[in-house]
Amino acid sequence: MRFDIVLRVATKFILAPLLLFALYVQFHGDYGPGGGFQAGVIAAAAVILYGLIVGLAPVQRLVPMGLLEVMIPGGVLIYMAVGIASFFLGDNFLDYDHLAHDAVHGQEWGVFLVEIGVFVTVSSTMVAIFYAFAGRGRS
Amino acid sequence: MIETSVTIVILLMLGAVTIGIVRVRGLFAAVVLLGIYSFLMATLFIVLDAVDVAMTEAAVGAGVSTVFFLGALYLTDTVEAPPVHGQFMPLVVALVTAGALVWGLSDLPEFGSPNQPIHQQGADYLARSMTDTGIPNVVTSVLASYRGFDTLGETTVVFTAGIGVLVLLRRRRNGKEGS
Repeated sequence: MRFDIVLRVATKFILAPLLLFALYVQFHGDYGPGGGFQAGVIAAAAVILYGLIVGLAPVQRLVPMGLLEVMIPGGVLIYMAVGIASFFLGDNFLDYDHLAHDAVHGQEWGVFLVEIGVFVTVSSTMVAIFYAFAGRGRS
Repeated sequence: MIETSVTIVILLMLGAVTIGIVRVRGLFAAVVLLGIYSFLMATLFIVLDAVDVAMTEAAVGAGVSTVFFLGALYLTDTVEAPPVHGQFMPLVVALVTAGALVWGLSDLPEFGSPNQPIHQQGADYLARSMTDTGIPNVVTSVLASYRGFDTLGETTVVFTAGIGVLVLLRRRRNGKEGS
């Protein structure tokens, strides 16, 4: 597959818009459809597409396994940290009212940070599962 | 009217694809049919105005999980093994499950009916979302703010799945004797 010129060129054209679309879905989720989960899957799909075309070793130079092993628990920790921060600011767990100067801005900050946590965990988990499948030789 | 006919056409195609998945013996064709099934479901969700769910279904069901299925097929065989036991017991289990589901359907409120308790007595997020959170997309504000604890649980589920797959499928770094 890695010598198929059509797939290689099409992938080169589609990769950057795909990653940009993931960012759009991530940060525009407040106003349109989408959010951390969908954006994470789209970003992971971009990395997986690159891996399918160029092979496992080059994509693992780009997104190394060690990075994924930090990102998988990192997203959950970001999420928990937002909850604990609001806890210490005098609210309930995951109640974002006092994260900023007023309640509406606090809510927007809280949702923004929480969605980033979801994005980090979902995207890294998808890529890690792909690596785990692709890295095994045929038995 | 046009919405109803589109829904009926999509449901018929879903039925045809499902029969195809059950009948086909080559697993490669089954994986492709599963991807088509997910795209049809995504289209159905769009007809039902559930854009967020449609996006998830198209990305996860049709995109990423197809790649995972193909990866699994690469590691195993691409033709389904012939059944070892008779097909009577699976038929009974399937019929009983389908019967229980249809029986449960009779208890659901009418489709799209505004008289359900969830539309009358639940918290009115549609009216509250803008003043509480300043987020116009109510799906996002419910997911990330009002029901943030549930989403934390879902993220933990994804995390657990990732850790589980890594533990099961990962090649050992040291010691080449691992299979």
